[in-house]
Amino acid sequence: MSKRILIVDDEPNIVISLEFLMMREGHEVRVARDGEAGLAAVKTHKPDLVVLDVMMPKLDGFAVLEAVRADANLAATRILMLTAKGREAEQNKGLALGADAYMPKPFSTRDLVEKVKELLERND
Amino acid sequence: MITGPLIIGVSFTYVGLLFAIAYWADRRADQGRSVIAHPTVYALSLAVYCTAWTFYGSVGRATENGLGFLPIYLGPTLIALLWGSVMLKMIRVSKAERITSIADFIASRYGKSQMLGGLVTVIAVIGVVPYIALQLKAIAWSFTILKHYPDLQMPDQTTLQLWHDTAFVIALLLAAFTILFGTRQLDASERHEGLVAAIAFESIVKLLAFMAVGLFVTFGLLGLGGPELPQAVDQAREAARLDPLLKPSISPFQDWLAITILAGLAVMLLPRQFQVGVVEVSDERHLRRAMWLFPLYLLIINLFVIPIAVAGLAIFPNGEVNGDTFMLTLPIAFEQPWLALLVFIGGLSAATGMVIVETIALSTMVSNDLVLPVLMRHWRHRRAPEDLGWLLLNIRRGAIIGILMLGYLYYRLAGEAYALVSIGLISFVAIAQLAPTVIGGLYWRGGTREGALAGLSAGFLVWIYTLLLPSFAKSGWLPTAFMEAGPGGLDFLAPMALFGLTGWNPITHGLFWSLVANLGAFLIVSSLREPNATEATQARTYVDALRHRQPTSAPLWRGSADIAELMRLAERFLGVERTRRAFTDYAGSRDLPSLDVLPADGQTVSFAETLLSGAIGGASARLMVASVTEEEALGLDEVLDILDEASQIRAYSREIEQKSLALEAASAELRAANLSLKELDRLKDDFMSSVTHELRTPLASIRAFSEILYDDPEIDLDQRKRFLGILVSETERLSRLVNQVLDLAKIESDHADWRNEAVELQEVVEQAAEATEQLIQDRGIQLGLELPEQAAVVWGDRDRLIQVLMNLLSNAAKFAAAEAGRIDVSLCATDDGWHLCVADNGPGIPEEALELVFEKFRQTKVGGTKPAGTGLGLPISRQIIDHLGGKIWAENLPQKGANLCFELPAHRSNTPD
Repeated sequence: MSKRILIVDDEPNIVISLEFLMMREGHEVRVARDGEAGLAAVKTHKPDLVVLDVMMPKLDGFAVLEAVRADANLAATRILMLTAKGREAEQNKGLALGADAYMPKPFSTRDLVEKVKELLERND
Repeated sequence: MITGPLIIGVSFTYVGLLFAIAYWADRRADQGRSVIAHPTVYALSLAVYCTAWTFYGSVGRATENGLGFLPIYLGPTLIALLWGSVMLKMIRVSKAERITSIADFIASRYGKSQMLGGLVTVIAVIGVVPYIALQLKAIAWSFTILKHYPDLQMPDQTTLQLWHDTAFVIALLLAAFTILFGTRQLDASERHEGLVAAIAFESIVKLLAFMAVGLFVTFGLLGLGGPELPQAVDQAREAARLDPLLKPSISPFQDWLAITILAGLAVMLLPRQFQVGVVEVSDERHLRRAMWLFPLYLLIINLFVIPIAVAGLAIFPNGEVNGDTFMLTLPIAFEQPWLALLVFIGGLSAATGMVIVETIALSTMVSNDLVLPVLMRHWRHRRAPEDLGWLLLNIRRGAIIGILMLGYLYYRLAGEAYALVSIGLISFVAIAQLAPTVIGGLYWRGGTREGALAGLSAGFLVWIYTLLLPSFAKSGWLPTAFMEAGPGGLDFLAPMALFGLTGWNPITHGLFWSLVANLGAFLIVSSLREPNATEATQARTYVDALRHRQPTSAPLWRGSADIAELMRLAERFLGVERTRRAFTDYAGSRDLPSLDVLPADGQTVSFAETLLSGAIGGASARLMVASVTEEEALGLDEVLDILDEASQIRAYSREIEQKSLALEAASAELRAANLSLKELDRLKDDFMSSVTHELRTPLASIRAFSEILYDDPEIDLDQRKRFLGILVSETERLSRLVNQVLDLAKIESDHADWRNEAVELQEVVEQAAEATEQLIQDRGIQLGLELPEQAAVVWGDRDRLIQVLMNLLSNAAKFAAAEAGRIDVSLCATDDGWHLCVADNGPGIPEEALELVFEKFRQTKVGGTKPAGTGLGLPISRQIIDHLGGKIWAENLPQKGANLCFELPAHRSNTPD
């Protein structure tokens, strides 16, 4: 069934690819180009899942993650973090802050789609 | 007008004043506010060198042989130049070893030998007592002459009754003064502050008195309102008498040399000079001022000797007045009673100062080095009294009275005889006998106790033979026959012409032979054996006094001792309270909490010995301490081993100290280097992480689209085309990034190739504009170029300059306003270069980011979105412009827009066109 997915990333080409992949899976996709816009979109649209980039202008991915996790209304939101910084420390930080999954860039489209599917099923 | 009672009254008042000064200074010292801890006071106290013999005798000597009086002051002046070494060593050694007198100093140097101390004391007493007699005579004479004012009458040989003899009364008075201020405490190595203050005061008084007469006479001679002098110079007889004064010469040279050396030695070795110069000094730094102030004092006090002598000879042409009395008889002749009285006081100052200090010094020597050793031998058979300190003080008091009485007796007996008149220099020769052992001991390690004994004895015997006996003979106490012909008719043994040496002044002759015998015996006998353990230890202390500030002989003792025994011993001399205090302080200095844990080791024994030395002298202290401890004899080899080891350890520790300093410096450098490396490392990490991020981002797009296209062959054509376009541009972005990173790395590490040539900036701008034309046109931007006519030539790499300009242009293209965008390139000349700007009409750069844009991967976002580009363009541009000796910066235009500018120095071609 169709889910609402929010993509938050400042790299236009990556957004295009993610949008394509999610729409192909039949989801309803929204896009935000920076952290602030992303956080606002999460609050207003209450997506089922957010694909969240870490390095972004204005508000970085970790801050968005924290804000979402601090809000009890948004507890059901699944968050998949994407980052071009592949260090272990970053990954641990993301998971510790409450991300549901963490994928380094460049990512495998197949893995990403699988992961999204898995996270959404968990919600059901 | 000037009566006996008046003179006596003035004299007593004066001595009373001295008492008051001494008392006041002692009180101040007790309160810890020393008045004598001042270099000037130290220098003035050294002037105790100038006795009545100087005060009255210099003029007398001048009347006889012109400048002959001068070497007596020249010697000290010259030797003062060496005080930085000789005196400093003497002071350091004496402070460290608590030396109490010159006898103690010599005895301590050569193995703390009681016999040596005794011999020095005997020489000093025999040599100096006649000199004290001379002072008493001067006082008595001046008193008698002054009493007859206004008549001029030379004193007769004294036949007065004892109690009417001024000399005797003065001697008693001086004894009282000396006992009061010289024997307040037993520890002779402690300073007599009151005494020194009084002596310094007396030095001022005698100088003022001498100068008063000098000025009085000189102004008279020059016709400046002083006394009228008869024009005697044109009379032949007068001219002959004045000849030595008016045509001064320093011949015969050997006499000058001899007396200069003699006086130079005496000023350090006379017991009183050692007392004020070495024992009483409060701070060795005072020596520095004394080294010029004391010679200056001597110069001033001798300034008027010749004028006074000339005046005296002119006023008393018939020789009826003794030249030694001119100081006093001149004021009397011109009826100046107050001046005469002042001179009397000056002479009294000179005489009393000398007598007091000399007596204290001698009494310490007599008690510590003559009487105490005898008593100690006596105590082997009989128990010694409990309170030895009190006993010793009384011995010292007795010695003071005894020495003064001896002086008085010699004065009464010798009176007018040659033996008294010439005694000043003869005394000096006796004291000069101490020079080889003292100076040799300070600079030569080879001297031994036997050598010192032999040298002193030989020199002293020759002195008696060549100087003392002839002076007795000239006084008529001995047959004169043996003087011309030697004993038993052996001519070559004639005391005034030893081994046929004739034509020399008796003093020069005696000094020469006595020192030859002294030095010869000292060197020969010393070389008969190696110095033993104690001598070697002391040699180190003395010879190396300037090298280590606190000479230690502590480790050179092995044996068993008991603290309680040591303290009991010290208590017998110093009293319970002082002993406890000294030992407690000592324990404190070794960082021990109390007396009870003080170990009875070599250091402690050595401390006890030094403590006692201050009271009873080094030699006696050694024996006393030995009597309550059991020392195991150390062989010379062992001592040398220990010394060797000690000096090696010192050398090592110095080396280690230097190395550790070097290490510290090195580690500080390393720390700094490490810090900057860490900073560099952090920058590199940041850079790597930025590069990684910048690489992964396009890679992520490329991978995603490649997989999408691969997985789904069904995608429609438009979509496929769009995705492939993204793939191409992301690949371009990736390769651009890789190129720029490599470029930057090359330039930063200085490995880049620079093909520098004269480049015209107009061409550069045009080529860059051409290369970016497409980009600019695509965005619908207007490009304006404002280039001067004159060729803007700079020295640089054409391709890299084009790269800079392309960076600036593409940057501007990114930021220029979306609608009606404009880029303006302007080039103009500055004083010595070219100024180029690329301006856009975009949003501008936030003020705080103007510098940041030149940092790597600092991309400014335009409206929240990321512009295309690597974030390395501006950093690379900055590297290039910097390398070419220019500068690049960003600024905001007053109207909207950013302005990126650089300046490059103009290249002046050699062939102007």
